[in-house]
Amino acid sequence: MSERLRVDPIGCQGHGVCAELLPERIALDEWGYPLLAAGDLPAGLRREARRAVAACPARALHLTGTPAGPVLRALQRLPRQHTGNTQDQRPQSAS
Amino acid sequence: MSAPPATHGLLAAADPSLATHLATHGPLSGQVDLVALAERAGLVGRGGAGFPTARKLRAVADAARATRTTPVVVANGSEGEPAAFKDAVLLSRAPHLVAEGLHLAAAAVGADSVVLAVGPGQAAEVGRQLAGRPDRSPIRVVPVAGHFLAGEETALVGAVDGGLPLPRGKVPPVWQRGVQGRPTLVHNVETLARLALLARGDRSAAGRTLVTRHTATVDVVEVPLGARLGDVLPVPAGVQAVLVGGYHGSWLPAAVAADVRLDRDGLASVGASLGAGVLAALSADRCGVRETARVVGYLAASSAGQCGPCLNGLPRIAAALGLLARPGGAPAARARLLQDVARWSGLVVGRGACAHPDGTVRLVASALRVFGGELAAHAAGWCTGAPPTPAFLPVPTVGAAA
Ligand SMILES: Cc1cc2nc3c(=O)[nH]c(=O)nc-3n(C[C@H](O)[C@H](O)[C@H](O)COP(=O)(O)O)c2cc1C
Ligand code: SF4
Ligand code: SF4
Repeated sequence: MSERLRVDPIGCQGHGVCAELLPERIALDEWGYPLLAAGDLPAGLRREARRAVAACPARALHLTGTPAGPVLRALQRLPRQHTGNTQDQRPQSAS
Repeated sequence: MSAPPATHGLLAAADPSLATHLATHGPLSGQVDLVALAERAGLVGRGGAGFPTARKLRAVADAARATRTTPVVVANGSEGEPAAFKDAVLLSRAPHLVAEGLHLAAAAVGADSVVLAVGPGQAAEVGRQLAGRPDRSPIRVVPVAGHFLAGEETALVGAVDGGLPLPRGKVPPVWQRGVQGRPTLVHNVETLARLALLARGDRSAAGRTLVTRHTATVDVVEVPLGARLGDVLPVPAGVQAVLVGGYHGSWLPAAVAADVRLDRDGLASVGASLGAGVLAALSADRCGVRETARVVGYLAASSAGQCGPCLNGLPRIAAALGLLARPGGAPAARARLLQDVARWSGLVVGRGACAHPDGTVRLVASALRVFGGELAAHAAGWCTGAPPTPAFLPVPTVGAAA
């Protein structure tokens, strides 16, 4: 099963620990909030991702195993050009 | 078969009483397959997102069955959009169509409680109109705060549960866990009223929509979807641009707006959508940048401030637009402001718990596209609509409560 990272935007306090522990997948924007790389988590990064999830002081970083269902995806439809809090969008550089 | 039933618009009744409602629209017939009706008519929600109603009805019914819980239906009449009045007008003119739609939807998904959420100023009057209804389960009328975010469905569910009207994130969605943790169907009041017409056999009910028109005056009318926008909203030569959808919507140049088809595909072809049904014609003697800057200032102040990118991005975007709205300033500084706005816009889209940043950025991007000439005039030290030209779009002041 493929996994994805997700940030809970309300919970996230911008501590930035996640970007330190998982720089391959997480960058910080100019305000210190995480930007996630698009797509599924590569299998080789699962351990590091779990560590980042566990280290988030706000418990705002999640690994989700099941991609959102079709209705949820439609309800969440967003302009696709930027990285969002789910990884369904293409990346956008932080600066 | 008898002749097809006559079409009566949502606002056809002369007064909001039950007697006049029944005299105008006739009684509801017995059993209907609401999901099939909505599906065949192609009804989509009138709350802004344009989501297919049949799919939502099914999702709630399925979620309830899967979890063996009884769902709740909430009519969303909070209308936080300051430029929209269609829901308030609908509730004051045709509250019984909304009530019937609520009960029909409740029957379709197997709900046992029905809630009507309305702005604080309307709760008493709507409650009075609905008091005499012969329904088995009474409608609970809940007043919700009249601020911009209160109508976002997760915020609405929070308010109905007695909490603060703040978005709580889309996971899990309200159709899985909403009011009291139960699967919850949230529909805009107009969507529900249209179900009440569809259930009477008025097939064309899904093909019309309520719009709030801002020209020299403001009014609410029901118009056919697919009409030429210029036939619905007068766009004479003195109009430079039209705001379509509302404060999460898009500006269109007048020439483009006049000929666009007022439906999902027509509007999508020019990057707009019907949104909250607002159509506002900006006359040529006003400044579109200044109008937009005021609105975006209001939107930024309306942010719940819960999500980092929204909390940090929207006020910065608003401040930069405010500067761009003033004539003068060094060209290099103005160019930098535009770059900042573009970068910050990219950083907020898709990164909030609700669609507020996305909608705000949509409006900003359309303004920068459409009012390029005005921006150039500002750079040259001149503004079309500088004070004392009065402001056009309504912008409330945001209290500390938001
Ligand atoms: C910031 C924000 C504000 C909203 N305000 C309203 C509103 O005032 N009234 C409304 O009906 N829907 C509003 N919505 C949309 C609701 O979340 C929801 O999609 C809608 O009520 C569903 O009804 P429908 O399926 O009939 O369109 C808002 C959405 C957002 C993101
Ligand atoms: S560690 Fe947690 S709180 Fe900090 S930035 Fe990452 S997700 Fe947000
Ligand atoms: S995106 Fe903005 S308005 Fe929406 S919940 Fe987050 S902070 Fe509030």
